Amino acid sequence: MKSEKELEEIFEKKLANNEFIEPKDWMPEKYRHHLIRQISQHAHSEVVGMLPEGNWITRAPSLRAKLVLLAKVQDEGGHGLYLYSAAETLGISRDEMIEALHAGKAKYSSIFNYPTLTWADIGAIGWLVDGAAIMNQVMLQRTSYGPYSRAMIRICKEESFHQRQGYEIMMRLALGTPEQKQMAQDALNRWWYPTLMMFGPPDDQSPNTADAVKWRIKRETNDQLRQKFVNQTVPQAEFIGLKVPDPNLKWNEAKKGYDFTPPDWNEFWRVIKGDGPCNKERLAARIKAHEEGKWVREAAAAYAQKHNKEMLVS
Amino acid sequence: MNFQEALFKYLLILGDTSLILGQRLSEWTAHGPFLEEDLALTNIALDTIGHAKTLLEYAAKVENKGRDEDALAYFRNGREYFNVKLVEQPNGNYADTMVRQVFMDAFRYHYFKALCNSKDETLSALAQKAVKEVSYHYRHSSWWIKRFGDGTEESHHKAQNAINNLWRFTGELFTPDESEKIMEEENIAPSLQSIEYLWKEDIQNLFKEATLSIPENTYMQLGGKQGIHTEHLDYILAEMQSLPRMYPDAKW
Repeated sequence: MKSEKELEEIFEKKLANNEFIEPKDWMPEKYRHHLIRQISQHAHSEVVGMLPEGNWITRAPSLRAKLVLLAKVQDEGGHGLYLYSAAETLGISRDEMIEALHAGKAKYSSIFNYPTLTWADIGAIGWLVDGAAIMNQVMLQRTSYGPYSRAMIRICKEESFHQRQGYEIMMRLALGTPEQKQMAQDALNRWWYPTLMMFGPPDDQSPNTADAVKWRIKRETNDQLRQKFVNQTVPQAEFIGLKVPDPNLKWNEAKKGYDFTPPDWNEFWRVIKGDGPCNKERLAARIKAHEEGKWVREAAAAYAQKHNKEMLVS
Repeated sequence: MNFQEALFKYLLILGDTSLILGQRLSEWTAHGPFLEEDLALTNIALDTIGHAKTLLEYAAKVENKGRDEDALAYFRNGREYFNVKLVEQPNGNYADTMVRQVFMDAFRYHYFKALCNSKDETLSALAQKAVKEVSYHYRHSSWWIKRFGDGTEESHHKAQNAINNLWRFTGELFTPDESEKIMEEENIAPSLQSIEYLWKEDIQNLFKEATLSIPENTYMQLGGKQGIHTEHLDYILAEMQSLPRMYPDAKW
């Protein structure tokens, strides 16, 4: 039997050689915990994220828009499923993860604690929120943990499609009637800073970044990703005649990027701690669905026991 | 009612029925009893609204008055909607939704299967695609009916309540409107009588297996195909149509 020190050396060597860590490989407990926290948080974000977007399915303004949005929300749920499965390879069950979410112990992306108030918000979520998520996720395709990396490769393909669809909604609005254009600008105004927060706190205040970079779970820092997002998004807004709500936004030739106003970090911490505009509603909706589904799950289990059949997972 | 008017009305009966059922199903998205089931139901809503879109596109073409499928979906009021009353009934609990669904799935399965032989090529092409999708929907809803009926006492009770409440809306599926009679004579629509026979056989067998029973001597509620609905429909439309009605000049 190898000693813990030898096992750790093997682990470190794999990381250094850019090899994947697989479920059966030895890994430090801190690494396992970091991954469980991150992957389950990511899975919860997908599932909670279905709520603000689902909010507009019944009111989508054309049949085509309704179909596109339904398919999108379905994709998000599918991502939740792959990610829960990836986390389960680390020795935690989906039930335990869901319980932690409902008990308020596990987090999900704070962005979903903002309300979708108009149809333009559906465009803004696709364009900005999925755009920001892709920046994070492209990096995670090369993350060190094999199952997570493979889930992210699949997810990224669908997310870039969503981002284009979101931008298409914004473009139609921005080029539409004056009321539609105003709706689009208002959505950009409300979603811009919360989206910048999605990359996490500034590097000097990010408690988990150092470990994450060392273990190749993350490969770029929060601030690097945020800068990249701003550089990419500003020209997209300009192209459809929308204005990023930042009076200090200015191209900086020396750093080949934009200077921009950072988001209000007090708001960021407040929303994380539970006082965002929809934290209570989001969690309540998840708990309600779960509790009202209890008798349904029990019926399936009772039937399976009686008939000794497999549960259907469609 | 000339042929064109009858075909238009007939397509609205089919299209509206799919649209309102899909709209009801999509209310479940993100609120399902567990994640896999949430995805399955969303998928069924997608297929069903997809059928509605194709049917209303075709209806708009037949009408030939410059309206498109969105004008038909978003700018008609309740009295101009011709879906059967069953599909506008509220989602209720999951048994209410699944009983409504199994009634509709068994119907749509046999209906689309027969419609594959329609003389109308657009409808027969739609039916050939739809029958594959609906056979999956039907498997899914009948799977649940068995589990609810023969699962726990609570689930049995909920399923039986749902049947008792919704059975009165099933007769309308098989009661032809004038347009449907004309389409049947033209070999465009299948005979509702033959569908009723197949449907009853399926539902009886399924309920027997699920230890559920069919209520007797039920008075059948009709009217949806004439635009006389239950009070639920206008709320569905108010929600669904709100944006295009608020901004009638906008394109989305």
